[in-house]
Amino acid sequence: MIQVKNLTKYYDSFCAVDGINLEIKNGEILGLLGPNGAGKTTTLRMLTGFFKPTAGDILVKNISILDDSLKVKELIGYLPESAPLYHNMLVYDYLCYVAKIRKIKNEHIQSRLKELSELCGLSSIMHKSIYELSKGLKQRVGLAHAMMSDPEILILDEPTSGLDPNQIAEIRQIIKRIGKEKTIIFSTHILSEAEATCDRIVIINKGKIVADDSTQTLKNRASSNSNIQLSLYSDGVDSDQVVNHLKSLTTEIDVITKESAEKNLVSFDIYSSSSKDLRRDIYLKIKERDWIIAQLTQKSQTLESIFHELTKGD
Amino acid sequence: MKQIINIAVKEFKDYFISPIAYIVISIFLVVTGWFFFSTFFLFDTANMRNFFSMLPIIFAFVIPAVTMRLFSEEVNVGSYEILLTMPVSFTDIVVGKFLAATLFSACMLFPTLSYPIFISFIGEIDPGPVVGGYIGALFLSGGFCAVGLFSSSLTRNQIVAFIIGAAICFVLTIIDQLLFFVPPSITEIIAFFGADSHFQSIAKGVIDSRDILYFLSVIFIGLFGTYIVMQEKN
Repeated sequence: MIQVKNLTKYYDSFCAVDGINLEIKNGEILGLLGPNGAGKTTTLRMLTGFFKPTAGDILVKNISILDDSLKVKELIGYLPESAPLYHNMLVYDYLCYVAKIRKIKNEHIQSRLKELSELCGLSSIMHKSIYELSKGLKQRVGLAHAMMSDPEILILDEPTSGLDPNQIAEIRQIIKRIGKEKTIIFSTHILSEAEATCDRIVIINKGKIVADDSTQTLKNRASSNSNIQLSLYSDGVDSDQVVNHLKSLTTEIDVITKESAEKNLVSFDIYSSSSKDLRRDIYLKIKERDWIIAQLTQKSQTLESIFHELTKGD
Repeated sequence: MKQIINIAVKEFKDYFISPIAYIVISIFLVVTGWFFFSTFFLFDTANMRNFFSMLPIIFAFVIPAVTMRLFSEEVNVGSYEILLTMPVSFTDIVVGKFLAATLFSACMLFPTLSYPIFISFIGEIDPGPVVGGYIGALFLSGGFCAVGLFSSSLTRNQIVAFIIGAAICFVLTIIDQLLFFVPPSITEIIAFFGADSHFQSIAKGVIDSRDILYFLSVIFIGLFGTYIVMQEKN
């Protein structure tokens, strides 16, 4: 559906996007993640034809955006960050204008507006000026704008930023509903959102792709790097002894003594490179010596920590 | 072509949604009306020469006020991004906005048509210069709209856009009065750049292709400049 080839954008000498390659399949919901200033918005702006890339090319349905940007723009519906709409227009007038620009036939405009107002919940605000609207409502008008011509590709730039939790849930639901038949690319820096809505996650940092995988794979990858926290009551327990005893379990684990929060406990972090759940083995191992367990928890690495790891500064 | 009309209609309607249209039209009518009629009865002749002679200098300040928001506001609010990601070409946008502004200027001139009607009640008025004057005024407003549109595309600040636009229009208007500052060898060339002399010659009722060509060139240069600025921003 969309092929991004070696996409690069320089602002003067600052490199915002540095040679991104991507292929987006039909019907995919792709989440573009990254810290602020990573190049998400710039990438999306190039995809929508608002910016010309400094180098590289974007093919949408095999049409190059450099050759025929108008044709590409017809295929894409775009919601820019914080929905900068014409604030002096009425919602109805604005959507009519968009419908005309999007080449919807006059006789179909009314029915299309009706559909969209139902989908995005706009029927009660059609007669209002856009500047009167709250951020969430504006965002919904922006979504209606993006979906006006029923485009095959929807690009949404931080569609939920600055919204309250109810509004976020609403927008997410709309995305999920329309995502069943459309290709959607959206950017966010909220990880749980990407996790909840996307099929695939691309993380970019400093203009480069640092991770590109299905949401499930990324999650699995996160949980496989687990660590176990163990605390034992310290009466008659020597920590070195514990370390050696546990290490004899398998060669794949590493046990580190750490400072305990409570005085009568000794605590350890157990790292394992295998994806096997070790809690049962550890319990049985400890039981051999009759030490008393105060705490045994497995902490799986979250998507959050992967994100953090991949995007932390130098 | 259809997209040009869509944009022009939207921009034209926009003028009347905001109070700007009403304020600008009122100011224009008050200023022209007062300047014209304060001396009209002193001259005791039934013509509109005085009206048309001061029209360029008034337009030089009023038209940039009409055009200043066309691009600046879009860039400032961010709707420029929405506009450019819809399937419209730069030409559609530039020409659409230009047509809207010119049409608005025509609306601004429309109430002044009452002047010749009233004058015709109190004396014999020669229709030639009046018709010529209004045709010239349309060309003049077109030229100034193109210049104003260009200055609006340069900056996101409407006031700066207004000042740049007004400065260029003002210079174009007064340039033939500054000819004694330039060496005699190039006076004729410089004089040709003056909008005022071209306008006044049309307003005499003589429609000369050179004058028409001058205004068409100003319009073309203004719009092409805007187009280039847009491309540069992209």
